[in-house]
Amino acid sequence: MASTTTANPEDIPSDGLESLIADWSSDQRAFKKVPWGKAMMWIFLLSDTFIFTCFLTSYMTVRTTTTVPWPNPSEVFALTIAGNHVPLLLIAIMTFILISSSGTMAMAVKFGYEKNRKVCAYLLIVTALFGASFVGMQAFEWTKLIVDEGVRPWGNPMGAAQFGASFFMITGFHGFHVSIGVIFLIITATKVWRGSIELGRPGFMTGRAGSYDMVETMGLYWHFVDLVWVFIFAFFYLW
Amino acid sequence: MSTAEGQQHPISVYLWIWGLLFVLSAFSYMVDYFQFQGLSRWSLILLFMFLKAGLIVSIFMHMAWERMALVCAILVPPGCLMVLIGLMFVEGDYTFFTRDTYFILK
Repeated sequence: MASTTTANPEDIPSDGLESLIADWSSDQRAFKKVPWGKAMMWIFLLSDTFIFTCFLTSYMTVRTTTTVPWPNPSEVFALTIAGNHVPLLLIAIMTFILISSSGTMAMAVKFGYEKNRKVCAYLLIVTALFGASFVGMQAFEWTKLIVDEGVRPWGNPMGAAQFGASFFMITGFHGFHVSIGVIFLIITATKVWRGSIELGRPGFMTGRAGSYDMVETMGLYWHFVDLVWVFIFAFFYLW
Repeated sequence: MSTAEGQQHPISVYLWIWGLLFVLSAFSYMVDYFQFQGLSRWSLILLFMFLKAGLIVSIFMHMAWERMALVCAILVPPGCLMVLIGLMFVEGDYTFFTRDTYFILK
């Protein structure tokens, strides 16, 4: 057998430009020591970044080109609580809920790697509950806009017709991501809770042995949902 | 830190970032609540937005501890989105100008 020169794992530079060159010029795999599930999730999220940026760019385009005044989001999304008119209240609450869910998710990843099965599962369930309440509030917001304010994708009483199309498209696609995330959080929590991951059993819809990397990959998706909301909040609701 | 054992960081890091994100979100909400307008409005919105996005990506998503090869593979391609945004902004401005100048019905 011909002798092969396999790099000793300790010889691979671990950070900086040297590691970049070493990784890309290496054989078999580019991202050394990165679980492939994580690398693939990142590449999926990169593609999702392009989708959401296309939505937000088209929103920017219709908003800059319309000659009709854009409805004031501060007014459209205001709530009246006990006679007080509070601008953007529901959206602010939704923002804080999503950030909290990101916090619990990050800690779930940490406790997962510490093999603290129960705390990890609890935190995943709390994250899922935050996510579900976010979707619930979004449903309330959509109902209010459609039923009470008469906003439609093709027009609305407050101003530029493109407002509804942009709003339903962007928040709808984001809400869909949150909903899928909640489903997968429940699946991941179940796997963690019953010890499938700890014992390395093949999991739901996969033949590959469970590992706590899966929780981190789940976390990447969830944090991305929060990340997208940061941009939607800034550009759609605040601008 | 990115080893086979995965990303392990003290819990205080996450709690700190969580708190910071809360404060930054409160700040961006205040921009609207106190009705900042014009330059101060959009510069503050963008500042808080980028700070929040940076904290989420670097700490919560562990980008700060990932290998350079992965960081570049993920963070460099969105650069072309900046080109798209720039082009569409210029184009949008031009469309608005033509509509404003030539449309009889506004």
